[in-house]
Amino acid sequence: MAWSRFKKKKNMPGGLWEKCEGCGAMIFRKDFSALKLCPDCGHHFSIGARERIELTVDESSFNELWADVSTVDRLDFVGYAEKIDRTVGKCGNNEAVLTGRAAVHGYSVAFGVMDFAFLGGSMGVAVGEKICRLAELALAEGLPLVIFCASGGARMHEGALSLMQMAKTCGALQRFHEASGFYISVLTNPTTGGVTASFASVADVILAEPGALIGFAGPRVIKETLKQDLPKGFQRSEFLLEKGQVDRIVPRGELRNEIGKLLAYATGGDPVAVGAVAEDAADREAE
Amino acid sequence: MQGVSGHSISLPFVPSGCWIYNSGPVGKSKKKNGDHKSALQRSGPDRSVERALSFEQPILEMEHKIQELKSLASSTRLDLNGEVLALEQRMLQVTDQVYSGLTPWERVQVARHPCRPVAADYVDQMLDDFVELHGDRLYADDRAILTGLATMEGRRFLLIAHRKGKTTQERLLCNFACAHPEGYRKALAKMRLAEKLGMPIVTLINTPGAYPGIGAEERGQASAIAQNIREMFSIRAPILCIVIGEGGSGGALGIGVGDRVAMLEHSYYSVISPEGCAAILWKSGDKAPEAADALKLTAPDLRRLGVVDDVIAEPRGGAHRYPEATIVTVKAWLSRWLDELAEVPAEELTDRRYAKFRAM
Repeated sequence: MAWSRFKKKKNMPGGLWEKCEGCGAMIFRKDFSALKLCPDCGHHFSIGARERIELTVDESSFNELWADVSTVDRLDFVGYAEKIDRTVGKCGNNEAVLTGRAAVHGYSVAFGVMDFAFLGGSMGVAVGEKICRLAELALAEGLPLVIFCASGGARMHEGALSLMQMAKTCGALQRFHEASGFYISVLTNPTTGGVTASFASVADVILAEPGALIGFAGPRVIKETLKQDLPKGFQRSEFLLEKGQVDRIVPRGELRNEIGKLLAYATGGDPVAVGAVAEDAADREAE
Repeated sequence: MQGVSGHSISLPFVPSGCWIYNSGPVGKSKKKNGDHKSALQRSGPDRSVERALSFEQPILEMEHKIQELKSLASSTRLDLNGEVLALEQRMLQVTDQVYSGLTPWERVQVARHPCRPVAADYVDQMLDDFVELHGDRLYADDRAILTGLATMEGRRFLLIAHRKGKTTQERLLCNFACAHPEGYRKALAKMRLAEKLGMPIVTLINTPGAYPGIGAEERGQASAIAQNIREMFSIRAPILCIVIGEGGSGGALGIGVGDRVAMLEHSYYSVISPEGCAAILWKSGDKAPEAADALKLTAPDLRRLGVVDDVIAEPRGGAHRYPEATIVTVKAWLSRWLDELAEVPAEELTDRRYAKFRAM
């Protein structure tokens, strides 16, 4: 819900350095690899939707669809239209999710990636619409569905209409499910509120990046309700794994191969071959 | 009763429209098979939580005066019927005036009014039989959601309702209608039962939101709600939903995917509470009225936006003032749609259900 809660702290002067939320170390930005991990503690920094696509799918296999679906301010909500204009200008995409066809280890998929930089990845009508179309595409073409989630929840500025996107997306996913479609959801930091309480949580396999904040209510709301401190590690991926809420925690660098293997299992491919390709690639990188 | 004079009276204990309750038990008293009362021994509304709504002050003053006059008449044996009648006429006019111009924020306050009819009132006054079914068979029985088999003038259905309670003790027991995952899982399990028995499903929505707590998160609050929403699209039985008070975000939608969704006139349905929205947007809970305005959370607004299908009119003065009449209207709406949807084949029901939400 409260995407603004997750707004980035102000960058250091010049934006050359970034402070690790995991260990507090100052990291020179140029030291970041493409994975954007803390070299000291392995903390997973947020990455953009385009970077995520680069990291995950086969080279130039992403074919974006419905990029023109854009926000409609049906409530005429104070300041919303201007906010959207600014955000579109800054992010370069029309909404908080990118959708399209892609391939992972050669397996064709319907692929969606949420963009946390776009109003905290919040879900309004446009996000709901694109997720629905993606599920419908997967259903029509018999493709597995892979969605990377990063969201503060439903988008307040669209009122109950954004709430209804939870129903809309789940409705589309129910149809996909009934047709035995295979759906992998990847929860990244943070995934909370209406997105967790809808399409992110109804996948066949749920993966999570290490240390990601995942939950229904935000920790601040819970803390204020209970008037007590929350246990250490509460609502982080590791906590969810222990409580049986996610299938696997997968470090960013291994996600592509893990997803490839799962796709192989689900579509009658060869998981061992995916593993071998992955090892070859790792060897080449090491050289 | 204290003397009343002039206009500047202070009314610390004005029963905020609860005089209907005070005039004795309303509705038929029927023997129910259900044990929904055993866990929550119900009594009259709890005085300690009553509060007067500020915009209702003119109505309350008139009500008070009428009461005064009536007690005066009975103690002095004077014939004041004419005066009482005139005052009552005037009060209806004042009520009309106040209630025809409620702001969204005022509607939220009406929706939350402690005397507003809650699940137990509907069970008592609307049903001829009710058999409560407890538990999710996984973890616990969540009192915040009531489920059971219901009969209403020959029509059978599964009732699912957020439970608020009327006294402080009851409210605590039902956690103020803030359900945990087990509540949503119980609802889904009973919906599957209804489907199997070929019964329609009626849900009464009235929650500030799903509970934000440690246990709720540990047991998968988000997952439970998501599962309900998704599976409600596949239930091969008619589903009717009515927001009778507060429609608090995902906690409401978790039992809110219906073939026909209605709201009582002064209920609200929103993605976030006005207070929460104001805190985020303006960093101040005091701006809740502005937020209520911006969120378009009222029944007429949501009908216009296509989020709900029907608005069920409340008696002028609100459901908290006329609970019995409100429940009669709800019953009529339910009867109509239960009959109408009974004719629709299951396949068509689920197709139309999806098409309705797909268009939002």
